[in-house]
Amino acid sequence: MRMRSLRHLLSGAFAVSLLSTACHPAQDHAPRWGKAAAGVKHAGDTTTARARTPARKAAALFPVAPPPFSDGVFPCSECHGTTDVVNRTPHAVEFHEDIVLRHDEKNRWCLDCHDAQNRDKLHLADGRLVDFTESYRLCGQCHGPTLRNWKAGEHGKRTGSWSGEKQYLLCANCHNPHSPGFKPIKPKPAPVRQEAIK
Amino acid sequence: MTLISKVGSFVTGTARMAFLGGNRYYYLWLAVLGLCIVQAGFAFAHQFQYGLISTSMRDSVSWGFYIGNFTFLVGVAAAAVLLVVPAYVYDWKPIKEVALFGELLAVASIVMCLLFVLVDMGRPDRFWHIIPFIGRMNLPSAIMAWDAIVLNIYLGVNLLVASYLVYCGYHGIHYNKKFVWPLVIFSIPMAISIHTVTAFLYNGMASRPYWNSAILAPRFIASAFCSGPALLLILFQILRKVSAFEIKDEAIHKVAELMAYAMGFNLFLFGAEVFKEYYSNTHHLVHYQYLFAGLHGKASPIALYAWMSLAFAVISFFLFLIPRTRRNFVTMNIGCVLIYASVYIEKGIALIIPGFTPDQLGQVYEYVPSATELRVAAGVFGIGFLLFTLMVKVSVSILFERPQAEGQAVHV
Amino acid sequence: MRELPTLPMPAPEPPAEGYTRREALVMGLFALAAAATTSGCAADKLALDDFVAKHFKDLSPAELQERLAQMEKRYSESYGKPVKVSATPAQEGVLFGYALDLSRCIGCRKCVYGCVEENNQSRDPQTHWITVLEMDKEDGVNLQNANAFYDHETVPAPGKFYMPVACQQCENPPCVKVCPVEATWREPDGIVVIDYDWCIGCRNCIAGCPYGARRFNWGTPGIPKDELNPVTEYLGNRPRQRGVVEKCTFCIQRVRQGLYPKCVEVCPVGARKFGNLLDPESEIRYIIENKRVYILKEELNTQPKFFYYYGL
Repeated sequence: MRMRSLRHLLSGAFAVSLLSTACHPAQDHAPRWGKAAAGVKHAGDTTTARARTPARKAAALFPVAPPPFSDGVFPCSECHGTTDVVNRTPHAVEFHEDIVLRHDEKNRWCLDCHDAQNRDKLHLADGRLVDFTESYRLCGQCHGPTLRNWKAGEHGKRTGSWSGEKQYLLCANCHNPHSPGFKPIKPKPAPVRQEAIK
Repeated sequence: MTLISKVGSFVTGTARMAFLGGNRYYYLWLAVLGLCIVQAGFAFAHQFQYGLISTSMRDSVSWGFYIGNFTFLVGVAAAAVLLVVPAYVYDWKPIKEVALFGELLAVASIVMCLLFVLVDMGRPDRFWHIIPFIGRMNLPSAIMAWDAIVLNIYLGVNLLVASYLVYCGYHGIHYNKKFVWPLVIFSIPMAISIHTVTAFLYNGMASRPYWNSAILAPRFIASAFCSGPALLLILFQILRKVSAFEIKDEAIHKVAELMAYAMGFNLFLFGAEVFKEYYSNTHHLVHYQYLFAGLHGKASPIALYAWMSLAFAVISFFLFLIPRTRRNFVTMNIGCVLIYASVYIEKGIALIIPGFTPDQLGQVYEYVPSATELRVAAGVFGIGFLLFTLMVKVSVSILFERPQAEGQAVHV
Repeated sequence: MRELPTLPMPAPEPPAEGYTRREALVMGLFALAAAATTSGCAADKLALDDFVAKHFKDLSPAELQERLAQMEKRYSESYGKPVKVSATPAQEGVLFGYALDLSRCIGCRKCVYGCVEENNQSRDPQTHWITVLEMDKEDGVNLQNANAFYDHETVPAPGKFYMPVACQQCENPPCVKVCPVEATWREPDGIVVIDYDWCIGCRNCIAGCPYGARRFNWGTPGIPKDELNPVTEYLGNRPRQRGVVEKCTFCIQRVRQGLYPKCVEVCPVGARKFGNLLDPESEIRYIIENKRVYILKEELNTQPKFFYYYGL
């Protein structure tokens, strides 16, 4: 079997310097990245973005989970018009002050990823627009090997069927795109010691 | 007289001999054993109702006191019969009797072995799954299936020979040598094989480095050669006092001398094992560290026993090696007790528990047998000792306490 | 989810004309035992049926259907809800493999408890099929320095890494080799299974397993009625009895229906991967061919189908 021939290639028992990972539970309570600033009125407040997204974008390259918008924040065009005059120089913004950028923040700001003219889309480095459901294309511009591993099913998580239809979690389903490092979480209880099993 | 009525009178006659005509110590002894058995009945009923959770065994230490006793008793059963070899080689005079008592001890030991396995099973009601042709034995790969086979054959052979000899004695017939000796000779390699197969049961597990050593089976045989004869030497002395059983001092001293060699070899093998583990100092050393000291700065509950076992072995080795102490019945009997205790600790405690501690994932669970385990074990020993006592009583009555003719007279 | 494959339903067998020798022997034995145990009272048919239950592989298709129905009835009655018991055969051309990313696992134990619920492990006394070990990054994989009982406010703890261990589904499984009664065996798709109705509880397999993966039901397993997962498999997560051994089956009741194992689905960091080793397009093959893989106790030649790897 092929596996056997591979095995001698496999490294021995080395603990690599493991990344100090922290985590957001991706499944049981989906994270909400970036709440709308308090007091800001949105026209479509009663309809959540979650409900709209799948209907809007069925033909994504990979079948993905709905992007994790905060309630009421999407579509962004509810507030940002396509003809607004936009200051493209990086600056502090009045709204969305709950968003703390911890993602190469010295070199990046909002409009590097969010499109200035069409806020319901993201844009790639070459200016092509992508939907939030295809945000992995945007992420993959910098994180090429990770995107490759994600497509192959190594990085990230897929649910559904190992032999058939699967659903991919988007990068943003697990990593807050504004602050992608995982935060520590509370572990489930330690097992009962065998001395205590009576 | 037909064969059926002969067998019938043998059964009723021996039953009478077993229970009648003893002195008051005999009945006291039977009463003590009876008590052991009765209290164990209650303990086992509890275990049967609630499961093995009433023992201290858990997933990390999944075998304990029961299987330790099982292993020790396989050794006793094996060595008891092996005594026939020197008896034959040195032509001791009551060779038939020496062989007979060895076989009776083997029968009682194997019965205890099987009972220890039965009480250790999670589902004793499914014992039939391991019966050939009825159940589904995993042959040839499972050593435990082989063990079940050889133990039962060994029990059968010894039971057959012993009861045939006693039966002939009862009816005053001369036993048929052509029938007995092939079986006795056959039981000698069988004796080696039961203890070897039992050693292989542990030895074959790569998951447990403490057991996964090629000299485990030789160590089993060497230590059994000490403990089995130790028991028989004491028995012979008692029988010599209370019955017409005769055995020369030279024969006893010869056995003691053989035991000294066996113990020397046992200590040598043990030393070889200890050297390999400590000098190579791999992760596998943890089991020896747990045996002799403890892990993670915590003293192990078995360390004291381990050192006691080693000390007893060394002391008894010298007692049996030095001709003066070997020929002195006081020091020799002390040596017998020390050897028995040493091997009992070695097999009952120092073999099983360190093999499981720490477990396969490095976790330490401190196993100390529960009251239920001790009580059930006492009952199993009670049954074995009772069986052995009754069988010896009958044999002594038939062989030494009445003229052969009386046997005929009873049944006319 | 795609349509579930259904178990081929065999036509009921005509009644046998005679008994085989084994059957005759068994029946004789049972008659004796039954007489001993049930004399004087109404014969407890259920207890007798359990006592005489055949080995899974000895069941004819009709007997298997009967047994499944009997189990469903019993479990449904005792748990107060409809319980399904299937005996789904292995698919051809499938060899299951599992990979776990040691550089991503954070030791949160969500897999442990997800598994408990999915696979109907006893809550009291507690049974966990997955053991999550905490070890020092400096020390590497050193089981003698591993702690399964860590109890931190948050994980991962600084300087630590985590290694969840469950059944490694060995190609050369020592547990199967040592079982005296063939109560455990390796299925064609690589899953090592146990027939809980045949296991005698000798625990030889627990001694023989190098991975501490097998669990014994020391007491009567306890599962609250409302917590029972009613979708069960004969050789998998159906409720177990006292005195028998159990272990991870890669969620046989899920994976034979095409689903991912539960632990894969509940892992919050995507450290767990699963697939068909015979499918070159599967993620498991991608990992084995492209990542640094670590096999636990590789020197024992158990050839696990569970691979640890370093994704980062």
